[in-house]
Amino acid sequence: MSGGFISRGFKGRRQQADVAGRLPPGQHLESGFPVLSAGPTPNTPLDQWDFVVTGSVKAPKRWNWNELLALPHETPTVDVHCVTKWSKLDTHWEGVSVDLLLREVEYDSTSVRYATAFSEGDYTTNLPLADLLGGKAWVVFGYDGQPLDPVHGGPARLLVPHLYFWKSAKWVRGLRLTEQDQPGFWESLGYHNYGDPWKEQRYSGD
Amino acid sequence: MEGTAVLGRLNWQLGEVVATRPETPRTKSITLDVPGWTGHRPGQHVDLRLTSEDGYHAERSYSIASPPEDRSRVTLTVERIDTGEVSPYLTDELHEGDQLELRGPIGGYFVWEASMGGPLFLVAGGSGIVPLMAMIRHRAAAGPSVATRLLYSSRSLGEIIYRDELDRLTQSSPGLEVAHTLTRETPPGWAGYRRRVDADMLRDVAWPPDQNPLTYICGPTPFVEGAATILAGLGYGPQRIKTERFGPTG
Repeated sequence: MSGGFISRGFKGRRQQADVAGRLPPGQHLESGFPVLSAGPTPNTPLDQWDFVVTGSVKAPKRWNWNELLALPHETPTVDVHCVTKWSKLDTHWEGVSVDLLLREVEYDSTSVRYATAFSEGDYTTNLPLADLLGGKAWVVFGYDGQPLDPVHGGPARLLVPHLYFWKSAKWVRGLRLTEQDQPGFWESLGYHNYGDPWKEQRYSGD
Repeated sequence: MEGTAVLGRLNWQLGEVVATRPETPRTKSITLDVPGWTGHRPGQHVDLRLTSEDGYHAERSYSIASPPEDRSRVTLTVERIDTGEVSPYLTDELHEGDQLELRGPIGGYFVWEASMGGPLFLVAGGSGIVPLMAMIRHRAAAGPSVATRLLYSSRSLGEIIYRDELDRLTQSSPGLEVAHTLTRETPPGWAGYRRRVDADMLRDVAWPPDQNPLTYICGPTPFVEGAATILAGLGYGPQRIKTERFGPTG
């Protein structure tokens, strides 16, 4: 139904050209930082926190908080796009590249092609492994020069900015590498399995 | 939303505005007749898409306020954000007979159906009442035996959305209890709470933890964050607390 329908009397507000080119279809600019989560914000003490890469790997690898922080940091500045239609441009993060983490784990890269990120509680989200590699994904613990606030996923969240933001799992605790793709939490509830904002892959079947 | 996965793509469809109704000075309900609407679960939302003459689009999500029992009539309640692009169009410009492009229903987690049982504890801040109202209306139609409590925080009496209907339902639908709190202005003789939701209030109003209630909290982020954190601290299982946080939806 993209052809033809016009909302009587709707003018709309165009974005400036430089911004418009950075907004995927259906998105609008947000200057605040909205919060969307399915349940209460968890609160795990840092001395009990760890990050694990497990699943179809030769041996699982675990980092505690201090070990993760001791890895080389990167400071990506990226645009993020939430499936609820807001986008936020030039967000500043600090964290560790997922490339670096997966380099310390042995797995068969010809058969192991998917990952499930898992978080505090039962939240999971699935991604092709290729989308976590090649400088496209981080485990971040800093935002705008400050420790990442728990409401935004602190102490650490995944950051995969080229996909809708629900793939950037808050309160992330690890990655499970798999040979088969396994839909995660929102992906099992009608949201798109891959979630490319530039193709407007919001919901199942988009 | 298992149904959606089976049905495949959520297509854009046209609904016709068959009624509008101001709820408060800042909110308006818009009832659409959507031919072929496949039904929804209380708590779900729709995406709206507005298109200008030159083909420019704006999309926003709005919660459904009506119960599935209304069949092809889908009611949204929209809060006017003065600086917004979409909500002023919906509240000021749109009128009966106009058409709106929408797709949905969307969201399969923040939903409650009578078959899920209870007891049910609903906590609303401002326009966060909207998806919870779909649950309350559905309960009245399909599950009146589910014991339900609503704690609803508004700034002032005049900003309580659905106030008359909630009053009526507490009379006509046994097992529904509604507690209001007003955070800014209270009228003379106000018998409800007159402060922000806090631990004492939640302890008063919520079902005791040993009844293992199903809790739904909806409102602005700090409101939801506050209420959910307090309830988790009072011993309610996080898995039984579902939240929906409203960012600004202009």
